[in-house]
Amino acid sequence: MTASPVKIPPAAARRWIDICALDDLPPDAGVAALLDLGERSSRQIALFRIGEGDEVHAVDNLDPCSGANVLGRGILCQIQGEPAGASPIYKQHFRLRDGRCVEDEGVIIAVFPARVRDGRVEVGVAEG
Amino acid sequence: MTDKMRVVVVGNGMVGHKFIEAAVASGAGLDITAFCEEPRIAYDRVHLTEFFSGRGAAALSLVEPGFYERHGVRVLVGDAAVTIDRAAKTVTARSGAVVPYDKLVLATGSYPFVPPIPGNDRDHCFVYRTIEDLEAIAAAGAAARVGVVIGGGLLGLEAAKALKDLRLQTHVVEFAPRLMAVQVDAGGGAVLREKIEALGVQVHTGKNTQAIEAGEDRRHCLRFADGSAIETDLVLFSAGIRPRDQLARECGIAVGERGGIVIDDHCRTSDSDIYAIGECALWGGRIFGLVAPGYRMATVAADHLAGGNETFTGADMSTKLKLMGVDVASIGDAQGTTPGAREFTYVDGVNGIYKKIVVDADRRQLLGAVLVGDAADYGNLLQFKLNELALPEHPDALILPRRDGAGLPGLGIGALPDSAQICSCHNVTKGQLCGAVGGGATTLAELKSCTKAGTGCGGCAALVGQVLNGELEKLGLEVCTDLCEHFGHTRQELYHLVRVHQIKSFQELHARHGRNSGGCEICKPAVASILASCWNEHVLGRRHAGLQDTNDRFLGNLQKNGTYSIVPRIAGGEITPDKLIALGVVAKKYDLYTKITGGQRIDLFGARVEQLPVIWRELIDAGFETGHAYGKAVRTVKSCVGSTWCRYGVDDSVGLALDIEHRYKGLRAPHKLKFAVSGCTRECAEAQSKDVGVIATERGWNLYVCGNGGMKPRHADLFATDLDRDTLIRYVDRFLMFYVRTADRLQRTASWLDNLEGGLDDLRAVIIEDSLGIGAQLEEEMAAVIASYQCEWKTAIEDPVKLRQFRPFINSDRADEQVVFVREREQIRPARADELEGVPA
Repeated sequence: MTASPVKIPPAAARRWIDICALDDLPPDAGVAALLDLGERSSRQIALFRIGEGDEVHAVDNLDPCSGANVLGRGILCQIQGEPAGASPIYKQHFRLRDGRCVEDEGVIIAVFPARVRDGRVEVGVAEG
Repeated sequence: MTDKMRVVVVGNGMVGHKFIEAAVASGAGLDITAFCEEPRIAYDRVHLTEFFSGRGAAALSLVEPGFYERHGVRVLVGDAAVTIDRAAKTVTARSGAVVPYDKLVLATGSYPFVPPIPGNDRDHCFVYRTIEDLEAIAAAGAAARVGVVIGGGLLGLEAAKALKDLRLQTHVVEFAPRLMAVQVDAGGGAVLREKIEALGVQVHTGKNTQAIEAGEDRRHCLRFADGSAIETDLVLFSAGIRPRDQLARECGIAVGERGGIVIDDHCRTSDSDIYAIGECALWGGRIFGLVAPGYRMATVAADHLAGGNETFTGADMSTKLKLMGVDVASIGDAQGTTPGAREFTYVDGVNGIYKKIVVDADRRQLLGAVLVGDAADYGNLLQFKLNELALPEHPDALILPRRDGAGLPGLGIGALPDSAQICSCHNVTKGQLCGAVGGGATTLAELKSCTKAGTGCGGCAALVGQVLNGELEKLGLEVCTDLCEHFGHTRQELYHLVRVHQIKSFQELHARHGRNSGGCEICKPAVASILASCWNEHVLGRRHAGLQDTNDRFLGNLQKNGTYSIVPRIAGGEITPDKLIALGVVAKKYDLYTKITGGQRIDLFGARVEQLPVIWRELIDAGFETGHAYGKAVRTVKSCVGSTWCRYGVDDSVGLALDIEHRYKGLRAPHKLKFAVSGCTRECAEAQSKDVGVIATERGWNLYVCGNGGMKPRHADLFATDLDRDTLIRYVDRFLMFYVRTADRLQRTASWLDNLEGGLDDLRAVIIEDSLGIGAQLEEEMAAVIASYQCEWKTAIEDPVKLRQFRPFINSDRADEQVVFVREREQIRPARADELEGVPA
């Protein structure tokens, strides 16, 4: 299963969705979260927090190589300085900044902008 | 079919089998038929004594299962060749079958020589050659108290070990004035005698046995020429071998004056269509009673049959062995009979060590050597001899103790020519080893497996390791043993740092000894495992949870659709009906797919993350605890039902399995650990395929280590025999902690041992003799792990912080609705992609 590159929505057309408190995220690890898109629609994402600070990355939770929703349960890696999540199923690495699979450049997962505001983690989605 | 050359091999001993292997490997497309007179195909006669130490007949087999079938080799088991018709080119079997041949190979071996002593045919007088002989000796030994071996040579001492293993009061009677008179000189013989006697074997040298008669207290009485006598229940003749050349003799093939089928350099007899190899063959007026020259003859004969031109040019009869735990080695002219020969001798009367080298008149060349009590120098000395290397200025330095830590003088492995034979059992040269390293065999285990070097007697293992290291260096293949980009250390080094500096977290270890920022899926779980082995804190603690592989992080086994399986501990495979029902009730309530595991447990599949704590609450209430099936940790101790129920059981295997499982449960290690305990040698628990296997004997427990099933099966090695329970536990404590301390990440015990430079002998030295002086420390470390055991699931469900880690989403308790099951054979299974239509994406 491959995905086309995901266009990160331009800042102007972005809506920020509140996810959780920063303190809810364990340091140097990933979790799964549910992105509520309204109208009973939602999307599973994986959130990774780098260290104890407020650098947070959001990508798809769906592992395209296994078809299971597991990426948030993978180990957070730094590969030559690039943050990546390792799939717990078949161990492929997905770069958190651009969603590319390190082992297979043709495989890409969606990346979402993420930020911390007033101790809350927010993920951006395209308006409308 | 019929255009294939028909080759008939008479004899399926070690050498006969080696010939078949070589002939098959030559690719000559031969049609091979082999006579195997014994009731079982080729087995390892060299290690026959291990049959008594608990290694069964099957374990001694040399033939890889299915090998003969796969290559179309017909083996006539239990049938002997009785005549050869050279004109018709046929062999007639005892069964009456007439087998035609184009080429005939005689590998009939030898028979034990029984001295012509009156009474040598009495009951309970045995020889020592086949597994059947051993079975007869064991049967007689069961009702005996005293046993005598006639013959104090190499085989005689092997036989004495067998009698000792049967717990007989053992005597060795030798005609010559010393033991091992062929291989060892007077000084070495004296030290050897002292050591053997210290082990409780009574040695009688210079004794000429004149008669075996009925005894007064025991079955027999041996009368000697000097008037003395010994009473004994059984007699074992081990007074040398004689070539079995009768078949050849009767059909007119040339034989030597004192026996042996005469062969040329291609191992051909006087009939050019008939070859003779092994102990039945006479080359240059000599019989070669060791397996290595026999193997060489087999290879030469197979090569010649295939049109090659290899030759047999005699063999070095140097030998190194362990007799009842005593190292003995002999090289070349051990007796110093070469004219002008000079000797250097080193004697350590305190530790019972004797070393002698024989050098030529101008002290330039090594002629021979004798080593007793410490044969560590054997490999180096042998290379000096075989390659005629120039001796160092002070040759005695080769055998003197090296206490200053200085290396061995003179011989670097680089000094050896490519033709130097490193492994004499499998005839592997330095050149071949170098070639294999260049071809990609860059670990000791790979090198051993592709060249077979070091897999015979094992005496050359250290040299093989030196060749490997030297070659890697030369090829510029930097062996990078760094764990990953975040740590420039090996796992062993990190383990040491964690222990010595009392480091308790990944962050601390990385800050002090790491590089680059962050970590990865290699170093994080590896360090988490080291921390758990050392300090045994809960793996879901705040500092540790993010390091764990998903299985450890969710204390379950991740399956392909993102759900987990649950395996509660069922120690020793023993379970009450009530607990079995409880498992069934939980499985039914949560609709979990249920399957019995290979480790005598029950696996419940299909639990979603958020269901895990709820299910475990119910299991813990029913009396279960976690089974660590998710961890690189002690898994199961499989057991047979043992003496409690079984008609054949000799000890309580279930009881021991329970003790072992509860002792080591929770121990985290470089990889998973599987155990088994069998209540008798029928081995129903398959202990010999486990990391740690225990088998009950009449006198205690036999301990096996480093076995493996799975992808690369490895038969476990017999480590120690007839242990009492306390000793057994002590050895296992030390063994496990030594493995935890020194293995690579994700290295099972099997490949760990294969890569251990000193091999099994060194491992025994560390564990049994405490050669590194770390025994007590290893036991303390194990005690700390045992004392800090907790059921990880019980702790997890009682701690709200840990419980939160099992929420399906950080911001929602909604279940993952994309996990879909369908039913098959009345249970759930994950839906396939084509069954997922209509499921929300």
